[in-house]
Amino acid sequence: MLFTSYSFIFFILAVFFLYYTIPKGSRWPFLLCASYIFYFIADPVFPLFILATTAITYFAAIRIGKLHDEQSAYLKANKAALSSDEKKAYKAKMDKRRTLWYIPSLLVGFGILAVIKYTNFVIFNVNSILTGFGGQPLSFVTLILPMGISFYTFQSMGYLIDVKRKKYAPERNFFKFALFVSFFPQLVQGPISRFDDLAKTLFAGNDFDSKVFSHGIRRILWGFFKKVVIADRMLIAVNELIDKPEEYRGMYVVLLMLFYAIELYADFTGGIDITIGVAEALGITVKENFERPYFSKNIEEYWRRWHITMGTWFRDYIFYPLSISTFMQKLSKKSREKLGPKLGKKIPVYLATLIVWFATGIWHGASWNFIVWGLLNGVVIIISQECSPLYAKFHEKFPKVADTFIYRSFTVARTFWLMCALRLLDCYRDVPLTFGMFGSIFTTFNWGGLFSGALTNLGLTLEDYIIILIGCAVMLGASLLSRSRPMRDRIDAMPFALRSGLCLLMFLAILVFGAYGTGYDASQFIYNQF
Amino acid sequence: MKTNIKRIIFIVAALLVWCGSFFLVQRLLVPKYMDDLIEGALTAEYYDETTEHDVIFIGDCEVYENFSPITLWEEYGITSYIRGNAQQLIWQSYYMLEDVLRYEKPEVVVFNVLSMKYGEPQSEEYNRLALDGMELSPTKIEAVNASMTEDEELITYIFPLLRYHSRWNQLSGEDIRYMFRHDKISHNGFVMRADVRAAGAIPEPEPLADYSFSENCWKYLDMMTALCRENDIELVLIKAPSLYPAWYDEWDAQIVEYAEKNGLEYINLLDKVDEIGIDFYSPETADTYDNGLHLNLSGAEKLSSYFGNWLLTKFELSDHRTDSELAAVWQEKIDFYYYMKHDQLEELEKYGELISY
Repeated sequence: MLFTSYSFIFFILAVFFLYYTIPKGSRWPFLLCASYIFYFIADPVFPLFILATTAITYFAAIRIGKLHDEQSAYLKANKAALSSDEKKAYKAKMDKRRTLWYIPSLLVGFGILAVIKYTNFVIFNVNSILTGFGGQPLSFVTLILPMGISFYTFQSMGYLIDVKRKKYAPERNFFKFALFVSFFPQLVQGPISRFDDLAKTLFAGNDFDSKVFSHGIRRILWGFFKKVVIADRMLIAVNELIDKPEEYRGMYVVLLMLFYAIELYADFTGGIDITIGVAEALGITVKENFERPYFSKNIEEYWRRWHITMGTWFRDYIFYPLSISTFMQKLSKKSREKLGPKLGKKIPVYLATLIVWFATGIWHGASWNFIVWGLLNGVVIIISQECSPLYAKFHEKFPKVADTFIYRSFTVARTFWLMCALRLLDCYRDVPLTFGMFGSIFTTFNWGGLFSGALTNLGLTLEDYIIILIGCAVMLGASLLSRSRPMRDRIDAMPFALRSGLCLLMFLAILVFGAYGTGYDASQFIYNQF
Repeated sequence: MKTNIKRIIFIVAALLVWCGSFFLVQRLLVPKYMDDLIEGALTAEYYDETTEHDVIFIGDCEVYENFSPITLWEEYGITSYIRGNAQQLIWQSYYMLEDVLRYEKPEVVVFNVLSMKYGEPQSEEYNRLALDGMELSPTKIEAVNASMTEDEELITYIFPLLRYHSRWNQLSGEDIRYMFRHDKISHNGFVMRADVRAAGAIPEPEPLADYSFSENCWKYLDMMTALCRENDIELVLIKAPSLYPAWYDEWDAQIVEYAEKNGLEYINLLDKVDEIGIDFYSPETADTYDNGLHLNLSGAEKLSSYFGNWLLTKFELSDHRTDSELAAVWQEKIDFYYYMKHDQLEELEKYGELISY
């Protein structure tokens, strides 16, 4: 069920109505049913996958939690009797027992994801080698890719790791945990929630609050506006540019970078707005996933503001543990000995960075494009860190420059275009083609085409461009305004008539200017197969 | 308490404004079918009728181009209406009939059988022309469900704004002028064309691999027969006298057999062309305006004159011309008919072709 389908709109309206009319205690079980129905409608087989991940994670977490409790009770009871070494030995023994549950569960959880998502990628690479040596290629396999599998797998595994780390106690009620994993608005494209964040409001059976409800509805409208009016319209030109690389080189590649940036932002943030809005209308708080990312001044900052919950997931569950792992500590020691203290201490950090970005890349898709994209992000971050002394020197010499509007704009534009260039890997079918197309920017000089109607040959009319332009101006305006005060507060402060008028305007704009229905190839949300 | 009432009033007012705005925008953006593609306005025009009818024609363009209810009235005092649309499929005809029965109970229903050749939904465009104008009712929902092609969605027929929203960049004066009104474009469902274009050589019909009509068509024909029987209505099957598209003998035989089996009247008017006096071929005076596909005004008048007589020989239909109240209503229709006829003939004389029709 796509967020932009009529069935989804009816579905959420029914959920809103029923949620607030049934008894308080039945509300979270109702949400669980609704979530599984949502998933079942998408494909009757999907619930089996999510149920498998839920069950494995739940039972492993319960077992790990019990071992934690057992350990605490034992240590408490024998506080005086045990020596420090005995306590250490006992803890290590218990840790080993926990690991017996923890590691297999992680392997199965991630294994399901890996098999479903990456089997054909592995076959593709094996075939490349086999055919290179004159061997017979293996056949590709047909596997179902459950909607949002990466999101719910990461969310579940994050929960298991948190329980193992004793961040919180495991949820005893299986059905509550099942709701945490399957909560329908975030199944499609995230965000990747943490149990302790979501649980506060998810199981509370929230009472109807007209203000909170209207906030949710406004957020949903805003999401639909971005997705249907801007992203889906822009997608027509983006697809045209991507599908015919031999025809669209040079300045068209620059256009693609810009168009794709607009499309991806409007699509992904629009989807997240709908997710957050639906949850909010039910009184449930879901974490924000974006914080005006296109205003970032460097790539690190960009990744702190774009797809925040994914970034923090990789940081908390891969980067930090990896950085302090025994292997890294040994590597650090060795590299300091061989390369000196300055460079030596950087090696493990850089290695961890590249591993995390490799994982981020492959999480986004089973292709070399995404792997190269991830690694390039890592490389740019490392280069940026290496250059930071140079920047510092520059700012020492010209202390006033950093505060000027021009310099700030330059850094924002630099980061924006850098990210746009990296994202080309998301567009073209393979890595060599992507590099070739990027190179064509400097070898094919066809900018004159911009003034001879080239834009209107991309499947969009002049009116479409005007709508996109107005839509972007509205998004930009909202972003700028929300820097000093959240838009929600600004709208709340308006008189009722103006507030309703704005919502009505947004509603009509979606209805009239939305690129939906017959005649439009309304896209799926880009992130819902992740 | 006072605050609560105030809040409820605010919410109700806001909802009304939202619904009102939706309705206004919808009215603005839906096609009006007044200046162009007037066939799209035929279905809705039926609801303007103030009197009942003895005979209801249902079918495709072979009924709304070929029969003139005004001639039937003028010559025989028969009141009739054509609920026909471009490529109206048999299930649409069935639901048109069901829709008619919500308002009146005719004596005779005449169904043109050409649409038996289409066993599946054909195109969104024709569906829209036939069904957009239908008043919202369970019948319409069923008609839409039966007619939709793969990409269509029921909700877009209930809220046509969802289909036509992208017309915002094609809006014209017509959309403003006819936002809340419509002009009369047909004569009880008859679309008048006074121009002449004689038929030339008609291509030999291609032989078909299978001449049997689909199960789906038979199902709806059975439903139509049953519906008429339940309501004590005489169902007449006809094949209108259009030279093209081809009507195969094998198809005709199946209809003959069905009519016999069900005790229905069936008349293949293609066999009666000479008897009716329809001339498809004289360059200046032919009774067709598009090479034999449809009859023009003179052809429709000839056919209606013949068919009215045939109806009277088969069924006991009253002559209503003595009913002064009804006669007054029909006089208005006659005036409009002759006004349009005169206007079309004048245009033809002036320009050699129809410009405004």
